[in-house]
Amino acid sequence: MLKSTVDRVAGATPHAIAKRVRGLSDRSLAWLFVAPSIVLLLAVNIFPLIWTVRLSFTNFRVNRPNAEVEFVGLKNYLSILSDKDIWLTMQATAHFLIWTIVLQVLIGFSLAYLINKKFRGNDLWTTIIVLPMMLSPAVVGNFWTFLYQPQIGLFNYAVGFLTGADPSSFSMIGDVSLAPWAIIIVDTWMWTPFVMLICLAGLRSIPSSIYEAAECDRASKWRQFWTITIPLVLPFLMLAVLFRGIENFKMFDLVVQLTGGGPGSITELTSINLKREAFEKWRTGYASAYAVILFVTVFGLASIYVKALNKVKQR
Amino acid sequence: MSYSVTEPSRRQKWFAGILVVGYALITILPLVWIIATSFKSPSDAIAYPPKTFFTPTVEGYVNVFTTRTRLTEEQLQAVGEPQTWYDKLVRKDGLVISGPSRFAERFTNSVIIGFGSTVLCIVLGTAAAYAFSRFKVPLKDDLLFFILSTRMMPPIAVAIPIFLMFRSLGLNDTHAGMILLYTAVNLSLSVWLLKGFIDEIPVEYEEAALIDGYTRFQAFYKVVLPQAATGIASTAIFCLIFAWNEYAFAVLLTSGNAQTAPPFIPTIIGVSGQDWPAVAAGATLFLVPVMVFTILLRKHLLRGITFGAVRK
Repeated sequence: MLKSTVDRVAGATPHAIAKRVRGLSDRSLAWLFVAPSIVLLLAVNIFPLIWTVRLSFTNFRVNRPNAEVEFVGLKNYLSILSDKDIWLTMQATAHFLIWTIVLQVLIGFSLAYLINKKFRGNDLWTTIIVLPMMLSPAVVGNFWTFLYQPQIGLFNYAVGFLTGADPSSFSMIGDVSLAPWAIIIVDTWMWTPFVMLICLAGLRSIPSSIYEAAECDRASKWRQFWTITIPLVLPFLMLAVLFRGIENFKMFDLVVQLTGGGPGSITELTSINLKREAFEKWRTGYASAYAVILFVTVFGLASIYVKALNKVKQR
Repeated sequence: MSYSVTEPSRRQKWFAGILVVGYALITILPLVWIIATSFKSPSDAIAYPPKTFFTPTVEGYVNVFTTRTRLTEEQLQAVGEPQTWYDKLVRKDGLVISGPSRFAERFTNSVIIGFGSTVLCIVLGTAAAYAFSRFKVPLKDDLLFFILSTRMMPPIAVAIPIFLMFRSLGLNDTHAGMILLYTAVNLSLSVWLLKGFIDEIPVEYEEAALIDGYTRFQAFYKVVLPQAATGIASTAIFCLIFAWNEYAFAVLLTSGNAQTAPPFIPTIIGVSGQDWPAVAAGATLFLVPVMVFTILLRKHLLRGITFGAVRK
């Protein structure tokens, strides 16, 4: 309403008015406001990224600053792609990604569906459920090592209590077959609330008139669930999967503290492997090529996924 | 807007309530356990079966803030009677407090770097968000996407060049360096979130101010800023929490001077093996502020963690 008054009085757009008043023009003010952020991001994000790409073609090592740096072309890339161990860490990462996403989507959606039944006090319980994801993954990983201790750990004790197994007969983080599950459990504990919140937002965005119409058509509850609820929540779910996928692909802090990649290298996800190459073996050039491959992978997968997401949204 | 036509029946509500409460109790259990552990004595902490009931003690908290040494009988005689309650507490095991631990220092670093980067993040973010929200910025969509995409990078992928860059600039292991780095890390969150909040403030307010003779800049800080205050506050808390929780850069780029608490807490070792109550005390002190913030942030939580991509 006010806007039309402005237009009538001044006979011009608000932008034009702004230009006439004293002070900076909108355009220069816009640049003044945006530039510092862009400059900082270029300096601390893009410049290092370009540097990483450059290093990836060399045999540079940070711990030998005086050694001669040679340009080695694609050698680093080729040796990474043909390295069996790296494919194993990729497999470990894929295993971790798939299971965490499956579990978090199933549990997260179910919880959101239940919370949406609007029982009394659900706000309080939602807040409690949400707490873990706001904590520091490194600190969380560290104290879960305590919960996972055979004998004294709460987790083993609870499992023993429920199944009758001897709590000291298994070690979640010491056993090769259990360690991947140890990290999957903690990640699910931490991040299911995230999926839950997004699903809840999705469920609440469905207008009740759609259900009313379905009710008039005498569609069964089951049918309503599959033809209304699921398709309308799907874009939200896919967004949650995208966020979790990107985050878990670069997962580092939680796993470093929880298992450190062990036992052996069974939980050595790509980030941990990369850290080992870069900051323990100090093969800087090689690690840079590795980093570039990972970044391109995340970026590529995310772009394809976002395209699919947009298609689902448009339906 | 209500979700279903037929309000869920009492039975459905009960069923949903029980399942959700059950899940919430399982979820909160590890946290309750860690807080309880921080008040246990070292022997209670490693008792089998795990102890639910115990005599609370602040030993863990004393231990996390101090370093202790074990003395022989004669040496103990020589230092005299314990003076304070914490002296008495550690003396029971033949130990004396030999000085402060580095926990307080690390914690202070977390506070300085967390708040420093948050302030910077909000200043830069508010300005950029305002410009993106109100002006015709060339390549607006591309720039916004570029800002968001900086979040996709694994920290380790850029850690080496940042390490080299900081080394040549003298920023390695300094507060300023870490503040700058965390600001860059959180800027995408800050810009996207604040843009969402500022978009919601009607443009008419500013236009009215402009007609009253305010300059654009005056309109920005006299009209928009007060309106955006809640949004700015919650964005600040999100930035603070992310910087507070960050681990990868902290462990890779700092070694002593500017190291924050997350890399330090796991390294707390007692006189004889891992001192779990002390670790738990450190973790509790570190986690409690975040828990409080989470409760305060309830309303904006979804927006904050999804960069404003999803709204409740």
